[in-house]
Amino acid sequence: MEVDMLKKVPVREQDPKVRATNFDEVCLGYNQEEAMAEATRCLNCKKPKCVEGCPVHINIPAFISGVKDGDFRHAYDVISESSSLPAVCGRVCPQETQCEERCIRGIKGEAVSIGKLERFTADWAKENGIRPTPAKEKNGHKVAIIGAGPSGLTCAGDLAKLGYDVTIFEALHKAGGVLAYGIPEFRLPKDKVVEKEVENVKSLGVKIDTDVVIGKSVTVDELLGDEGFEAVFIGSGAGLPRFMNIPGETALGVFSANEYLTRNNLMKAYRDDYYTPIHRGKKVVVVGGGNVAMDAARTALRLGAEVHIVYRRSEEELPARREEVHHAKEEGIIFDLLTNPVEIIADEKTGWVKSIRCIRMELGEPDASGRRRPVEIPGSEFNMDCDTVIMSLGTSPNPLISSTTVGLDVNKRKCIIASEENGQTTKAGVFAGGDAVTGAATVILAMGAGKAAAKGIDEFIKSKSAK
Amino acid sequence: MYKILSADNLAANIYRMVVEAPMVAKHCQPGQFIIAKVDEVGERIPLTICDYDRENGTITIVFQPIGNSTRRMAELTTGDSFEDFVGPLGRPSDLIDTPIDELKKRHIVFIAGGVGTAPVYPQVKWLHEHGVTADVIIGAKNKDLVILEDEFKSVCNLYITTDDGSYQRKGMVTVCLQDLIEKEGKHYDWCVAIGPMIMMKFVCKLTKEYGIHTVVSMNPIMVDGTGMCGACRVMVGGEVKFACVDGPEFDGHLIDFDQAMQRNRMYQTEEGRAILKAQEGDTHHGGCGMCGGDK
Ligand SMILES: Cc1cc2nc3c(=O)[nH]c(=O)nc-3n(C[C@H](O)[C@H](O)[C@H](O)COP(=O)(O)OP(=O)(O)OC[C@H]3O[C@@H](n4cnc5c(N)ncnc54)[C@H](O)[C@@H]3O)c2cc1C
Ligand SMILES: Cc1cc2nc3c(=O)[nH]c(=O)nc-3n(C[C@H](O)[C@H](O)[C@H](O)COP(=O)(O)OP(=O)(O)OC[C@H]3O[C@@H](n4cnc5c(N)ncnc54)[C@H](O)[C@@H]3O)c2cc1C
Ligand code: SF4
Ligand code: SF4
Ligand code: FES
Repeated sequence: MEVDMLKKVPVREQDPKVRATNFDEVCLGYNQEEAMAEATRCLNCKKPKCVEGCPVHINIPAFISGVKDGDFRHAYDVISESSSLPAVCGRVCPQETQCEERCIRGIKGEAVSIGKLERFTADWAKENGIRPTPAKEKNGHKVAIIGAGPSGLTCAGDLAKLGYDVTIFEALHKAGGVLAYGIPEFRLPKDKVVEKEVENVKSLGVKIDTDVVIGKSVTVDELLGDEGFEAVFIGSGAGLPRFMNIPGETALGVFSANEYLTRNNLMKAYRDDYYTPIHRGKKVVVVGGGNVAMDAARTALRLGAEVHIVYRRSEEELPARREEVHHAKEEGIIFDLLTNPVEIIADEKTGWVKSIRCIRMELGEPDASGRRRPVEIPGSEFNMDCDTVIMSLGTSPNPLISSTTVGLDVNKRKCIIASEENGQTTKAGVFAGGDAVTGAATVILAMGAGKAAAKGIDEFIKSKSAK
Repeated sequence: MYKILSADNLAANIYRMVVEAPMVAKHCQPGQFIIAKVDEVGERIPLTICDYDRENGTITIVFQPIGNSTRRMAELTTGDSFEDFVGPLGRPSDLIDTPIDELKKRHIVFIAGGVGTAPVYPQVKWLHEHGVTADVIIGAKNKDLVILEDEFKSVCNLYITTDDGSYQRKGMVTVCLQDLIEKEGKHYDWCVAIGPMIMMKFVCKLTKEYGIHTVVSMNPIMVDGTGMCGACRVMVGGEVKFACVDGPEFDGHLIDFDQAMQRNRMYQTEEGRAILKAQEGDTHHGGCGMCGGDK
């Protein structure tokens, strides 16, 4: 296979016209030949910058050279030293701001396709039935994990490998966290990838108790008390949706992205064999510019709507992964940038949304985040007709656990205070990590926090039993 | 899996099930609810906890089939299981946190309409167990739809009213409340109303005139029940609240009922709409007497 050293080996994707009408995965990934060809582009740097860019410091040159040699098993083992969810991260990591941003190849041409190679390796391992090895013997110590998202699953898996008796408590009826309810099938297949990751964790002996809401069904203090757990890890995410607090937001047809995506992903509203209802709009406005907004928009498109993304800054500031923005555009999503809603107008008789009133924005001085602050252009208001509005303005941690746990402190953003190094919170025996601690972030960071906390918990229990 | 230990009918179209759910039964309080899901393809259906048995680890639910999902639930019978049954969700009734002395000083009236009668029961029973006797008005379309009469009788002063007068008093619950206050010398300073939205709306209108503090239990559309989706938002005193975590009970005088009723129609199937129309129509006949029809 011919390889242009300045360019990534192109990855096969579903045709935009076709995929806009189905929920199958957009990116088809590399096959062996393509992966091995792409792997030849890696320079196997002595001081690999890419590794610094990866939050969990995967030994990237080592795994890529495994791919290059066709020793996929070795590649997989290298990745597994640092990551337990490569099939997920290879698909959803914002590589362009992490590993690939630092890749030396990127200076002159395109960075090595690290993410796609990681995905290839992980998928190869799945197809070949490679599973993590369970602990030889149990150590008899019980640990409870709250939340079956990436942070909880990783923490549970690592502890189980060390011999702990681990139970995950999950509020929803399915494990996976955002991977199950938030990120759509067309980006992250549920049966093929997410379920498999959950099964892997279970195969290590981890029990997953779904339908248990900690703080309601049972409290953290009870877990540490009567229920007999020696430590608790809180990986409850940042699931509380924000609204804009503009007039008309309770009109019919206004949804949070969480509701819209949960109905479609977790509850499979797009499939005829499920009973979940979802509103299939004709003209949908999605407010926001992050991954969540792209996912909501592309979901609405697949359900048959014309979709507009309304975002108050310019294209450069869109916080979504670049690949998602690119895919969204290819599929026909219309971007209304430098635009901000001021009011939602409902039909007086039916209560349904009929239009959204927006104002044009321009970029002013940089704000605290370093991005140029959008300012309203006076008198530029206009109405946009629509029958559905999806609010995708970010989320914050749910106070359900912090408000029912004695001695667990949160900061002013309601995030649980925990050490980055080992997850230790302000309460003895209680550890936390992922979005619950950082606020909405990324899968890889949540996974890394779960790993760090597993180490912290192991040390905590060992030092306690040594006494 | 959550096993159904018994299933029976309280009236032709009102189902009662006792479900094995030890963790819920251990922690629940009156006023809270659960979310049940029949199987993989089913919806998550919120239902109020109508009774609980901590020792045996069971929860009692009472429901009326409205659309597909509740109808599929009604097809289950003793020995079958729910795939999912999560709870307790929502905040317990305010009464639970009020000091008993305080409660004993209060003159409390409960107003229950239709299937809403069932969730009133645990609250009244709880009060009775704590030495507080409340008045309860049950409103139903006709004699056959009066439910849980015997259970209530032993724990409160019970007044039953039917739309068509086929049993005990005749007329709407609001008429009954008016009669009790104006003709029978009753005095109330606390009211809890649970039933169809339209009934709660008109009860609130009346109690506002009398200056009686009124608590209602809202049943908006829900998905997760933990504050994650915002489907359940209701306007309370001009502020957006999530009923699943901030409620489901709210100060009835602060609720925008018209909007809440509108929102509940969002996903209604034609057939569900027909049933609710009949139901709200009923309560309308048996509820208020001042609204001039369900819009
Ligand atoms: C639509 C969407 C798209 C995204 N796209 C990307 C992307 O492309 N790339 C990327 O890196 N990141 C993305 N993210 C962010 C990423 O998914 C999160 O940062 C990550 O999932 C956080 O993991 P977590 O384990 O901390 O929490 P979560 O994944 O949120 O999992 C928390 C779990 O805890 C459960 N829980 C909460 N409260 C309780 C309780 N009281 N009791 C029991 N269980 C509870 C929840 O139900 C949930 O299952 C996206 C997020 C969303 C919403
Ligand atoms: C906190 C709470 C407690 C409740 N307690 C009870 C109870 O004890 N007994 C009882 O019979 N009913 C109760 N309900 C109402 C019950 O959940 C609905 O009747 C049921 O969801 C209707 O579903 P369906 O699919 O059969 O009807 P459809 O009309 O087919 O419903 C279509 C969609 O709309 C939603 N929906 C329709 N009506 C309602 C409604 N009133 N509330 C919430 N969602 C609705 C459904 O979930 C579904 O997604 C309660 C609701 C809430 C929120
Ligand atoms: S985990 Fe993410 S950041 Fe790290 S190498 Fe893989 S794709 Fe890059
Ligand atoms: S920086 Fe790029 S070229 Fe160098 S080791 Fe990393 S992936 Fe390979
Ligand atoms: S039901 Fe989802 S937030 Fe209340």
